[in-house]
Amino acid sequence: MEPVSTIEGRAIPLGLANIDTDVIIPAHWLKTITREGLGRGAFETLRAEPGNVFAAPEFAGAPILIAGDNFGCGSSREHAAWALADLGIAAVIAPSFGDIFAGNAFKNGILAVALPRQAVDRLLEVARDHPITVDLDSQTVTTPFQDRFAFEVDPFRKHCLANGLDEIGLTLASEAAIETYENSRAEHMRWLGPARGGAA
Amino acid sequence: MASRPRTLYEKIWDSHVVERRADGTCLVYIDRHLVHEVTSPQAFEGLRIARRRVRRPELTLAVPDHNLPTTARLAPDGTELPIADPESAAQLAALARNTAEFGIAYIPATAAAQGIVHVVGPEQGFSLPGTTIVCGDSHTAAHGGIGALAFGIGTSEVEHVLATQTLLLAPSKTMEVRVEGALGPGITPKDLILHIVGRIGTAGGTGHVIEYRGRVFEEMSVEGRLTVCNMSIEAGARAGLVAPDDRVFAWLKGRPMAPSGADWDAALEWWRTLATDPGATFDRTVTIDAAGVEPTVTWGTSPEDVAPIGGTVPSPESFGDPAKQAAARKSLAYMGLEPGTALTDVAVENVFIGSCTNSRIEDLRAAAAVLEGRTKAPGVKWAIAVPGSGLVKRQAEAEGLDRIFTAAGFEWREPGCSACLAMNPDKVPPGERCASTSNRNFVGRQGPGARTHLMSPAMAAAAAVTGRLTDVRELLREPA
Repeated sequence: MEPVSTIEGRAIPLGLANIDTDVIIPAHWLKTITREGLGRGAFETLRAEPGNVFAAPEFAGAPILIAGDNFGCGSSREHAAWALADLGIAAVIAPSFGDIFAGNAFKNGILAVALPRQAVDRLLEVARDHPITVDLDSQTVTTPFQDRFAFEVDPFRKHCLANGLDEIGLTLASEAAIETYENSRAEHMRWLGPARGGAA
Repeated sequence: MASRPRTLYEKIWDSHVVERRADGTCLVYIDRHLVHEVTSPQAFEGLRIARRRVRRPELTLAVPDHNLPTTARLAPDGTELPIADPESAAQLAALARNTAEFGIAYIPATAAAQGIVHVVGPEQGFSLPGTTIVCGDSHTAAHGGIGALAFGIGTSEVEHVLATQTLLLAPSKTMEVRVEGALGPGITPKDLILHIVGRIGTAGGTGHVIEYRGRVFEEMSVEGRLTVCNMSIEAGARAGLVAPDDRVFAWLKGRPMAPSGADWDAALEWWRTLATDPGATFDRTVTIDAAGVEPTVTWGTSPEDVAPIGGTVPSPESFGDPAKQAAARKSLAYMGLEPGTALTDVAVENVFIGSCTNSRIEDLRAAAAVLEGRTKAPGVKWAIAVPGSGLVKRQAEAEGLDRIFTAAGFEWREPGCSACLAMNPDKVPPGERCASTSNRNFVGRQGPGARTHLMSPAMAAAAAVTGRLTDVRELLREPA
């Protein structure tokens, strides 16, 4: 994963609430066995609407997306995060996110920035004509008009994002603890071990 | 060990912590991992690239469900029929190949045990109370119905579990959904969970694990509990739980992958300690009056857009929040509905009985009870019943339910996710409505332009008979 630092540029002012992952990437795009190329299917239904915000030339290649409450609710499909990454989105700003999506975004180096609704409304307004900046290190979103909104990010996630770390590699560093746990379970809760018998 | 009173969630969590980090996140052990064809190929690819093995292959079980057509799988001569869509065929083949390469148990499409992953896990006794269960599918919450801490994960996490048998997680907040009193006659677990999602809202449970409590759940069948917990994610909660009890234990005993003999006794002893202690507290409590739950349907494009069947399509102005007003206007335009229309005046052209929410034997029985001696209305062009597994199908056929469905004009299909998510050939045509027992009424969920109304199996059967959204209690009162 590439390290994440500052994301600066135009922000697509989408603004709708409850954008579910079926909207981000419809199921018929999920038949792939790779992570690549899903940007073509991103927001397929919305992009088919005349005059949609994605079609505006000024937002072509924009690295930031601004949405309403509960962005990424619904299905666990990581294809939603892969589709956004393939579109070139490096940060999504919204008042709140679906839990599973927020995790998936992080694991793909996309910053899910939660800000109060008032701040998001202000950014939606600014983004129509101006770029904005999301900075991971200072945990702020700023505009050319001196707006400055601080956001929270889990310290572990920040550390991983800033350094482009592989989470599996980090966990495998705790392999001894996993083994100790497994041995203790095998002794005291033998029934939890291999599920015996075959599927009928 | 004397300790402060704990909730069911806290007991399962505490017993699975491998390592606690300074910031409160924990490395949590995963007891059971279910895998299907859609969210796993990239995880196996990741393992291959990093030259990693699967740490405990025997704790993972794979079964194809999302892509699989629900039409006949075998030719009359017993050979397996090819899958027409090349992309689906490739993805299904990848699952068979990946599980063989990494030594993971795999149930093929033609086996009787094949089915929707969330039907198969409990049915095989692979899913057990007090365990942690994950799957690359948000409806993994279903397994909370047998008292497991079960939640959906993304593909990176699938890879993480395959490689380490753990996940790094922050503890969730706890939410008690306490249902007081008893459900009225003809009111099902699906009506209850739709009502609950409407009450909490689709983001209301975000960051929480829900425990469903009250006599209603104690008296509810295991199938009903699986239905309720399944839709916890529709209220934003990654997991939902019902305390495991004798009803669950009796249901699981003797299942192929469940413990037996002394192991069963040891498991049982621990399972009996899991229920939330008296005096344990939740971060949030929502109280629901069971008597207020009517047969419930959705009118919009979010599972929180629910109304009792006797109600009308709401006016966007009736919502206080301007964002919700805008969403409702967009929903109604997509759904082709006018505010004030009686829900029972809404005609449907399609009926889908199936999905991980409602495809178990009890669901098929409930629908068949309504359909027996009746046929679908002329306006209903397409009606399908899709059992959740080959074993559910076999049981239903032994009870003669398949004949009731086909006599009523339904197609009787092979198990799979089917019309729940428009990934396989079972789709609802653009602009048409579907009375559906699935879990999501999102824009395009059942096919581009498809209009979904979520409801219980009995309500979907009633809609098939009348050709419009219908209060099933009226049909249950009058003889067929």
